[in-house]
Amino acid sequence: MKTKNYQNGLRDGIAVALGYFAVSFTFGMASAADGLSIFQAVLVSLTNVTSAGQFSGLAIIAAGGTYIEIALTQLVINLRYCLMSFSLAQKLNRNAPHWHRYLMAYSVTDEIFALDASLDSPLSPAYHYGITSVAVPGWVLGTLAGAVSGNILPTFVISALGVAIYGMFLAIIIPPARKNRTVLLVVLSAMGLSFLFSVLPLLQKVTSGFVIIITTVAVAGVAAWLRPIEDENVKNEGD
Amino acid sequence: MEHNIYLYIIVMAGVTYLIRMLPLALSKKEITNIYIKSFLYYVPYACLAAMTFPAILHSTASMYSAIAGLVAAVIAAYKGKSLLTVALIACVAVFIVERILPLFP
Repeated sequence: MKTKNYQNGLRDGIAVALGYFAVSFTFGMASAADGLSIFQAVLVSLTNVTSAGQFSGLAIIAAGGTYIEIALTQLVINLRYCLMSFSLAQKLNRNAPHWHRYLMAYSVTDEIFALDASLDSPLSPAYHYGITSVAVPGWVLGTLAGAVSGNILPTFVISALGVAIYGMFLAIIIPPARKNRTVLLVVLSAMGLSFLFSVLPLLQKVTSGFVIIITTVAVAGVAAWLRPIEDENVKNEGD
Repeated sequence: MEHNIYLYIIVMAGVTYLIRMLPLALSKKEITNIYIKSFLYYVPYACLAAMTFPAILHSTASMYSAIAGLVAAVIAAYKGKSLLTVALIACVAVFIVERILPLFP
């Protein structure tokens, strides 16, 4: 039974791995552009396995930010994993030994969580490990390939690829914003607020990591206060 | 002050792992507080939006090509294209505009 679950995980993980390769390729190139060595770029991907978190961390490393700043940024940006882990804790097979929770936590990502959550049956750790076994190599190899080619590709290609990660972010936030008016308001307010930070004289002094933290907490906080979600919304939140 | 890249990586990895591990290891019950649930639901949208704009405007060699990339990505995302497709369409828009721009002095 465990073998079957693991194999199902491997099979479902292939699509995730392909998507990861493309995204982490961009991360590898950005790392090379910001002065990380190939080894360091791969190490970040292997130990973090999170796209938005790694990119924002990279921005802070490149800007020479403080350790507190990088820790808080990771905390705020990756806070959504907290919700996913709570949800997986509910779904996990009750008979699974407790130590699995410490190991499974390593690869709770948006996409892997989405697959875990889509199962009809209680979650078997073997299924989660199956996905992880293909998805994480995709993530790490993409970073390696990107970091290596970051030093080879001509500048006009790098310039065009610089927009890729933001394109991906937009692809994540726009479809739900289209369906849900509050999400749309959250997206527009957050963009407006971070734009204000970049143009107003006094606010310009705030470093980029803190702008993201302040904006996120303020906008999500106000939205939660004014428009608390129905329970259904959370359940439908697949990817 | 010079920072150590490996220390940065350890801090990033440590914080990220704890966020993922603590709820799994500690929680037996589901969160019921609707305010906390709502806050966590809105966080990714607020966060990704704040990271995207205005940073996207400075992500390429010229702001015009960046705006082209932004518009192309918004349209493609609105039409429900996949992450990879939207990212590639944005890149192509930037590439094309950067080839055209030098023609207009």
